[in-house]
Amino acid sequence: MLTFVTRRLLLAVPVLLGVVFVVMLTIDLLPGDAVTLMLGEHATRDAVANLRAHLGLDKPFLVRYLDYVGQLLRGDLGRSFQQNRLVAAELSDAWPATIELTIAALLIAAVVGIVAGIASAVWPNSLFDGVARLFSLFGLSMPIFWTGLVFIVIFSLWLHWLPVGGTGSLTHLILPAVTLALPSVAMIARMTRSAVLDVLREDYVRTARAKGVGEVWVLGRHALRNAFIPILTLLGLQSGQLMGGAVLTETVFAWPGLGRLMVKAIFARDYVLLQGAVLVFALAFVVINLIVDLSYGLLDPRISRQG
Amino acid sequence: MDAWLRFRKNRLALIGLALVLLLVLTATLAPWLALHDPTRQSLIEKRARPGAKYLLGADEFGRDILSRVIYGSRVALLVGVVSVLIALAGGLVLGTAAGFTGGWLDTVVMRVVEILLAFPYLLLALAIVAMLGPGVLNTTLAVGIWGVPAVTRMVRGSVLALRETEYVGAARALGAPAPAVLRRHVLPNVLPGLVVYATLFMANAILLEAALSFLGLGVQPPTASWGLMVSTGRDVLLVAPHVATVPGLAIMVAVLGFNLVGDGLRDALDPRLTTTR
Repeated sequence: MLTFVTRRLLLAVPVLLGVVFVVMLTIDLLPGDAVTLMLGEHATRDAVANLRAHLGLDKPFLVRYLDYVGQLLRGDLGRSFQQNRLVAAELSDAWPATIELTIAALLIAAVVGIVAGIASAVWPNSLFDGVARLFSLFGLSMPIFWTGLVFIVIFSLWLHWLPVGGTGSLTHLILPAVTLALPSVAMIARMTRSAVLDVLREDYVRTARAKGVGEVWVLGRHALRNAFIPILTLLGLQSGQLMGGAVLTETVFAWPGLGRLMVKAIFARDYVLLQGAVLVFALAFVVINLIVDLSYGLLDPRISRQG
Repeated sequence: MDAWLRFRKNRLALIGLALVLLLVLTATLAPWLALHDPTRQSLIEKRARPGAKYLLGADEFGRDILSRVIYGSRVALLVGVVSVLIALAGGLVLGTAAGFTGGWLDTVVMRVVEILLAFPYLLLALAIVAMLGPGVLNTTLAVGIWGVPAVTRMVRGSVLALRETEYVGAARALGAPAPAVLRRHVLPNVLPGLVVYATLFMANAILLEAALSFLGLGVQPPTASWGLMVSTGRDVLLVAPHVATVPGLAIMVAVLGFNLVGDGLRDALDPRLTTTR
């Protein structure tokens, strides 16, 4: 178990280095220039050259990459161009808000999606099933930045129930989290429905029913346990998508998280900050996948984790 | 022909097809359908409520929202279709190469594809747009490139499976050159899956273009893009909610249409999957 975790974490290192390489290379190929953006168009050539040298932008690409990796190994993410603050400080200011939002959305998506999916599968083609499937279709087709705005109009502007945006209390979290969760609720409900329906057709379920096992026990003991493997895979994938969607939700609800920081960094051509933000996202993704892989073993004893 | 009969029986798929046709018609007939010039500003009529002159109201600059939504369908469809072509072309080449030749090429391509697929879609597209800069063309490229890994994996999977079939083995044993085997025996069998994927991809491409434009990193003003319209409407959301919400409805309808057709096509082309419906 422990060796498995260490090996997976070690395998993540080349992936992260690759991500940094690609991000730095793409930034390097960018037509715009951070230095001119910082100093304005009328800066003297000397001033531009000085600042470039100061930021280390005059060195060749590979040298800068190796410098940055060396910095990372010492736990130094550099300083952001715009604010001249430590990138690590900016990121640690922003990431708790994103984690809070993503976890809240994941919980909503998992609970609502799985419950609705199971109910749909147990009573297929019922009224509930029809409504749930219609809702899933719309959930998958609505752009979340728009859903968020519609929610603001309904619940903040018309009903005055919830705040328009910002953070501070649980009421601030409700709209962004529900908005972010919607497409995942739809995906998970669809997937759960078909996974449970498949399992309910298996021979062992028929056998269990034939020998007189109660319906609840059949569902809990035989069906759900086996249906959970594909659902779990989807949950892992969805948490990655939720982090991506957080960029939009944070923008709509003025939520001070990593996503908004990243968009700001792109607009300001703040390379160092952008690299840091992407790195955190990539790291979070590696960790989530690891958790998903580990929980397979807990659900299904046939999948063991040796070395 | 079987497939069409199955598709025709699927009510939802037919609704989807109607929505898609509506979108295509709107885009082609835009200059005749739009009552006003989509870029003509009229500051006295800014944020006009929906009424007789402006059926869906006017935006922050007094531009007719309905006309802008109509013209916006062109951007959505154009970005969608071209990015689908990019994704299909890239994915077909990489997927066939990886699947048919195997070996180290397969390993390298699939490793990169796995990493890219694992990355949240919006972040990948954001990174590409951050590299290329905003604009219609670059947005299309970003959306298209984002689609390549998924197509690659799909094509490679089918090619690998087909490579082992008896008729491909027979064709090769008879001395048919690799390109001919690919064209006559492999690709026709990959096609149905690709059609389904392309339709569902259209839905996601429209969503992604809208998202990028909403963030200000996609299509730039004054071009009428639905995502951009939602974004400008957001600034006046509390005073004039219709400016942001109406264009979003257009996005939803278009995406819903392609999703329904895609689902319908999947069920029609691969009846084995229909069992759960």
